[in-house]
Amino acid sequence: MSKPKFAMYWAASCGGCEIAVLNIHEKILDVDAAFDVVFWPVAMDAKYKDVEAMQDGEITLCLFNGGMRNDENEHIAKLLRKKSKIMVSFGSCACEGCIPGLANFSSIKDMVDTAFTTITTDNPDNIRPQASYTMPEGIITIPTLNPMLKTLDQVVDVDYYMPGCPPESHQIAAVVDLVIAALNGKAELPPKGSTIGAGDSTVCDECPRKRHEKSIKAFGRIQLMHADPELCLLEQGIPCNGPATRSGCNARCPIAGAQCIGCYGPAEGVVDYGARLIAAFASVIDSDKPEEIDHILDGLVDPAGQFYRFNLAGSLLRSSKSAQKG
Amino acid sequence: MTEETKPFEPVIIGFTCNWCSYRAADMAGIARMKYAPNVRLIRLMCSGRLDPTFVFKAIAGGADAVLVSGCHPGDCHYSTQNYKAMRRYHLMKRVLTQMGVEPGRLKLLWASAAEGQIFANEINKFVEEVRALGPLNWNQAGAEIPVEGAVEEVKV
Repeated sequence: MSKPKFAMYWAASCGGCEIAVLNIHEKILDVDAAFDVVFWPVAMDAKYKDVEAMQDGEITLCLFNGGMRNDENEHIAKLLRKKSKIMVSFGSCACEGCIPGLANFSSIKDMVDTAFTTITTDNPDNIRPQASYTMPEGIITIPTLNPMLKTLDQVVDVDYYMPGCPPESHQIAAVVDLVIAALNGKAELPPKGSTIGAGDSTVCDECPRKRHEKSIKAFGRIQLMHADPELCLLEQGIPCNGPATRSGCNARCPIAGAQCIGCYGPAEGVVDYGARLIAAFASVIDSDKPEEIDHILDGLVDPAGQFYRFNLAGSLLRSSKSAQKG
Repeated sequence: MTEETKPFEPVIIGFTCNWCSYRAADMAGIARMKYAPNVRLIRLMCSGRLDPTFVFKAIAGGADAVLVSGCHPGDCHYSTQNYKAMRRYHLMKRVLTQMGVEPGRLKLLWASAAEGQIFANEINKFVEEVRALGPLNWNQAGAEIPVEGAVEEVKV
């Protein structure tokens, strides 16, 4: 009997998810033993036409990372959805847009201007990429940008979500074990639509720092402060996104002395990640006077960036599908 | 009037608290005060119950503006929760501005149960302000919205 097939793809992402998969160390041999890797552009040579030639549902497990930045991303997402039995939205980019999704704050024009005309770019003739170009040999094309970056589930149906930027390797290993066990009939897969490889609580729940009642007189930036190594960071006025962020990373950043930036995405039941953080941060401000509140809030230099660093494309205001599904 | 000459009628979602501002609205009704019908009121137990998600969802769902209303500072039925609403209002306003929503589309209004007239007047004022701002037309899926002034230029 032939082995079940495995695919992994990257759309608008950095490649860190692939590295995280390889970081499961010798467990990668289990993946190889259990699966036939048929499509994984980062790790092996394969062509889109190979995937197109497959039967529908032929791929058993597809880990799809990256957001929908252009029409090529969407095309492959739809193709792999058709060919895969289990489609996993893998990593923060696919689940909620992540860093590439921050471009949803700007128009496409601003984004392209930044890429091709700012000081770090040597482009004296102001040349811009063209979607199609006629060469002597014929017309060549490149993918065209979507007006807004979309998450994977805004384009195709997704079976499971695996958050994280990147997902922690021990969580990937646990998921791989689970899928292999399920294929052998020794375990059952969770219900469709579940978040796998993560906890269902918040980062605060896993964080060992000491907590008291919070009351903040000033917000500050961690690099400019001498943070107490044992006390809750938010209590010290350091904007830590732990209260709204899904657990699963073992509170890695707060333990290392840095604030949580929210890469595991919204905790269970949170509709809009940033809105939840606004509630969390604003409620503990220690002032009842509007002017003083405004002054304290000046300490949060870029609130939208702070609250939506990983989540903009998955938020209520910068993508409308999640607004519709409530 | 034809479709073109009809004035723009904004849709405003108003969140009121059970103890003061909803009763102010009630009083305005009982006293038959006339005020603009553009505000759809949703009663919460307290303005402190206002999750910013409600506001964002209202805007994402097509509202042109949102009104947050509660007891006067110091008068909260739950002692201090309206201060939380006030702090959230200030932070929400900043985030909405960065998202490209004019700050004038979010209003905070304190109204006691006896202030039906003030409530009605303030709603009339707010409706006119939002009418002047025009429709919000929040993005449909994938539609491009230019955000002006949202991203400040990075100086190197």
